[in-house]
Amino acid sequence: VRETLLEQWLYDNVFQSPFWPYLIVAAVFGLAWISFMLVSAIFSVWLERKVAGRIQDRLGPTRVGGKFGWLQTLADGLKLLVKEDIIPASADRMLFRLGPYIALTGSFLAYLALPFGNGVVARDMNVAVFYMLAVMSTEVFGIILAGYGSGSKWSLFGGMREAAQMVSYEVPMAICVIVPVIVAGTMNLSAVTRQQEGFFWNWYVFHDPFTFAAFWTYFTCATASCKRAPFDLAEAESELVAGFHTEYSGFRWLSLFMAEYGSMFAVSGIASLLFLGGWNTGVLPVDLTVWLGPVLGNVINVLVFIAKGWLLVFVMMWVRWTLPRLRIDQVMMTCLKYLLPISCVLLLGVSLWQLAVPNVVLVYLRYVLAVLSVGGLVLLIFRAATMTTTPPMGGMPGAWGGLRAPGYGLANKP
Amino acid sequence: MTLNTVLFWILAATTGFCAIAVVVSQNIVRSATWLLFTLAGVSGVFFLLGADFVGATQLLVYVGGTLVLVVFGVMLTAQGPFVTMRTGAAEWAVSMVVGLIFFAVLVVSVASAVWPERPRRGPADEMNNAEQSMSSTRLGLALLGVREATPAARMTGLPARTGQTGPGHPPAPNVRTRVAYLFPFEIVSVHLLVVLLGAAYLARAKRRRASSAAPLGTGAGVNGL
Repeated sequence: VRETLLEQWLYDNVFQSPFWPYLIVAAVFGLAWISFMLVSAIFSVWLERKVAGRIQDRLGPTRVGGKFGWLQTLADGLKLLVKEDIIPASADRMLFRLGPYIALTGSFLAYLALPFGNGVVARDMNVAVFYMLAVMSTEVFGIILAGYGSGSKWSLFGGMREAAQMVSYEVPMAICVIVPVIVAGTMNLSAVTRQQEGFFWNWYVFHDPFTFAAFWTYFTCATASCKRAPFDLAEAESELVAGFHTEYSGFRWLSLFMAEYGSMFAVSGIASLLFLGGWNTGVLPVDLTVWLGPVLGNVINVLVFIAKGWLLVFVMMWVRWTLPRLRIDQVMMTCLKYLLPISCVLLLGVSLWQLAVPNVVLVYLRYVLAVLSVGGLVLLIFRAATMTTTPPMGGMPGAWGGLRAPGYGLANKP
Repeated sequence: MTLNTVLFWILAATTGFCAIAVVVSQNIVRSATWLLFTLAGVSGVFFLLGADFVGATQLLVYVGGTLVLVVFGVMLTAQGPFVTMRTGAAEWAVSMVVGLIFFAVLVVSVASAVWPERPRRGPADEMNNAEQSMSSTRLGLALLGVREATPAARMTGLPARTGQTGPGHPPAPNVRTRVAYLFPFEIVSVHLLVVLLGAAYLARAKRRRASSAAPLGTGAGVNGL
């Protein structure tokens, strides 16, 4: 039995020897995954600008490529490719050049263990989630090198903050990952997702109170580990110019950005696979490959998985443009005094829960949690949709709803 | 020459080259970067052998932890922009002697070890890594003592294997051949926890008596970061 569907098919029908299927599958997956990562980054950058625009009450890009500014990121990419590649005189040239590529490599390597569908995975590892956390820690090293090698005080501060932040946030993040792993009994992401087949109450986020809390804790730590606001102290453009990438321009700067957006999707993918059912739609009783066959079913599975990943990426953007940046001591305090104890309690709690709680509760609690959460979500969306966006004459919009607009009515006075 | 052999030689050559560069380069952070490639190469060899768990642990512990801390330490303590080390002739000589002795020990032990015959798998199975990638399961079973994990060579001081075991040879019920590694593993982890607590205790903010003046640096520890 070969590892992936494609390899099995090539082995059975074309080659009859393991060598060429292995190489072809490796090349196909390598190309496909890096293309996906880069296209996903391009889309995410466009989305980020639109989301930022909307949240700040403006339009974002509108002109390049038609109505919604679809091609804005491509235009930016072209601009970055032809930009002059500057290396500061005081920089350590080797480290300055290497940093972005190490970051990009670390981010990309994580995709090798990320299953996009049932069997659509480059390497179906037994320790997939552990491997992903491990290679994403390599990305951090690239960022730190970029900060250190620039030979600039802003970059150095950015790199130092990144190092301090990462060494701390890795711990609660890894512990939160262990919580659903304990429930599932395996670190193989494909196996974990196959266990969540069927309707959405089978998702591990609804399994018990501890996994429910672990999802939010994990997502917070993941946001911090992608150095996204409110934890983007390594960049902190209000204090450090641009932090670790102050001195970068052109393609290397692009690589640092691609690495960031790549790892955003990777951590969102882990969250979706461990907690949110991965490629399972959640509204059908079985995996789609059972009904539609391995090819067509997996096409839809992959689309579902990517949609879930992008939804979580969207939430990260939403958070970024809504919350103000923390101070560095607040970032460290959030991790060491809150997230770390919380994750330890969750780990202990889920272990005891598995041992001590009677089976009836285990079976029915997930329905309660799922129905309550989805009901709350539907209610929220309904309220948001029915909210009037245009304030009444003389009134103020949004949170200032009860107030009168200053100066209104002055013109009518005699 | 199979694919695995080719990949092994590429990885081994890269790892060896980077390991030499670690020693030769004089800038500490450059050294750390070469060390990154060395460690990544070694973990690549682990992945090639199907030991995914060990490879990932290598990356997580050494790259994500140790190397980051090395660079972090350099950034916190350096006086100038880039730190360089000068090694004297005496240091070179001593380290060469120690290194050569260690290398000789390694060569002798590798050459004198009796490698157990592994059943050759068919050509179709050669690149089938699905079975190999169950390494973490096998590690876990060995920790719990369910699976035989005693090394055949007399290297570790553990009691030598008594019965013939392995695939096709189920262990005899009366002979105690299985050694559980769970207990030593737990002792090591508790030891690490004690070290951690000790470090936190030593590095804690010292309380002064209320009568003394306000101590320097109170609460300013992380603000400067």
